Amino acid sequence: MFSTYPGQVVVDHPVKVPIEHRFDPYVDNGGTLLSIAGEDFCVVAADTRQSEGYSINSRYVPKSVKLSDKTVISMGGCYADCLTLTKKIQQSMEWYHHAHGKTMSTAAVAQMLSIMLYQKRFFPFYSWCILGGLDEEGKGAVYTYDPVGSYERESCRCAGSASSLIQPFLDNQINFKNQVSQKKTLSLDQVLRITKDSFTSATERDIYTGDYLELFVITSKGVEVQKMDLKKD
Amino acid sequence: MDHFPTNWGNPRSEDVDSYNTYPVASHSGTVPHSVRQIAGFGHAAGHPTSHTQQPVVTGTSVLGIKYNGGVMMAADNLASYGSLARFRDVERLHQVADFTVLGASGDMSDYQYVKHLLDSQMIKEYNADDGHTLATPNIYEYLWRVMYNRRSKMNPLWNTFVLGGVHKGEGFLGAIDLKGTPYQSPSIATGFGSHLAQPILRKEIENRGGEENITEEDAAQILKKCMKVLFYRDARSMNKFQLARISAEGVKISEPMSVETEWAFAEKIRGYGA
Repeated sequence: MFSTYPGQVVVDHPVKVPIEHRFDPYVDNGGTLLSIAGEDFCVVAADTRQSEGYSINSRYVPKSVKLSDKTVISMGGCYADCLTLTKKIQQSMEWYHHAHGKTMSTAAVAQMLSIMLYQKRFFPFYSWCILGGLDEEGKGAVYTYDPVGSYERESCRCAGSASSLIQPFLDNQINFKNQVSQKKTLSLDQVLRITKDSFTSATERDIYTGDYLELFVITSKGVEVQKMDLKKD
Repeated sequence: MDHFPTNWGNPRSEDVDSYNTYPVASHSGTVPHSVRQIAGFGHAAGHPTSHTQQPVVTGTSVLGIKYNGGVMMAADNLASYGSLARFRDVERLHQVADFTVLGASGDMSDYQYVKHLLDSQMIKEYNADDGHTLATPNIYEYLWRVMYNRRSKMNPLWNTFVLGGVHKGEGFLGAIDLKGTPYQSPSIATGFGSHLAQPILRKEIENRGGEENITEEDAAQILKKCMKVLFYRDARSMNKFQLARISAEGVKISEPMSVETEWAFAEKIRGYGA
């Protein structure tokens, strides 16, 4: 009647087995984020919905934070962990500024974040981080992380609950994968349109994505923030 | 793995468990006198220290809504002991500073501890005597760190707190739960309220085109409507509650009140009537 697996013993009487009730420190607050690196700009976008199970905690809780005029970080996953990690980064950047008399470069923040994440390797920050900004040459940079600090610089990345919906679209539209097409550099306007379309589409199909979209555009002039509506259902 | 060369080459003794790999009956007596003894400091394996609990005496939903000029909150006066309505005069809305109210749902003993922590913090700030008092966002961040650090030690304060206040002319309304998750919103509802009351609060705000268009009387009416729904449908609620209003003039927590409820229709229902 029941299929068995190796090591399993089937008996004909009730068996006493200890049950452990444990507090689970993690919670998935959902949401989606993406970042695209351009020739001389970088776009970091994230929705603003915070969920818990089938409920919405709030329609506007920003997931992205401006760290400097050249760097923006965005995090998804467990919001409590994400916010704590953000504060740690901001505090470390402030100490760096006091010690060295200059703002941390995007690459320096990138490495520091990896170290911070790995320091909690045995009780991780449940956060999917994407760091977007301009490198020392003024070119757009996107750094992607896993929750324990493995990181890599990429041209574009999407993370969070709808990442599996948006990433393939970005691979096709930003990196021209799986199509016979002339690769060309994309303008800021084109990248913004692809970003907005990605989020409106993800909102249709992913229950955790929606409410508002917050876009951070990083250029040599600084960081500009745009907010637009997404469907609230 | 035996690290000691003097033991190599000889049969291992089963009586000695140097690394506490399994529980061994201890001969120390029946009643433990300290946590260190239970943990087995100094001799054979004891029990591991365990933390994570379950809430015992609990409060149900806390509601909050922003309106034009401030923030209003509501919570009933019941602290339940499981299904027993044990304490029926509990004030789950607590004034903290001049312009802040803390609402607590979840374990009431942890709420009392947090009240003590906040009082201590307020005294420290008063002693600094620098003309500043803690504002709502400051208290919010302090409370968030306390909750987050406790959850990170796997020993949470089993509450969902709502913090409402007024800061720089603007209303502030936020919640923090036992896992240290903070969020702010024009309307907040914890526990059963998140399912039964939050849709009503959000609809009322939407119908009026934003919280700036809700008056103080409107806010009170909306919260009373929600408290009525909660009394009908939440089995751990009570029809005796308080409203707290925070505005530029300060904090006012009302006397306990009730809402009108209809039960007469039950007479007409087979199985419920006489």
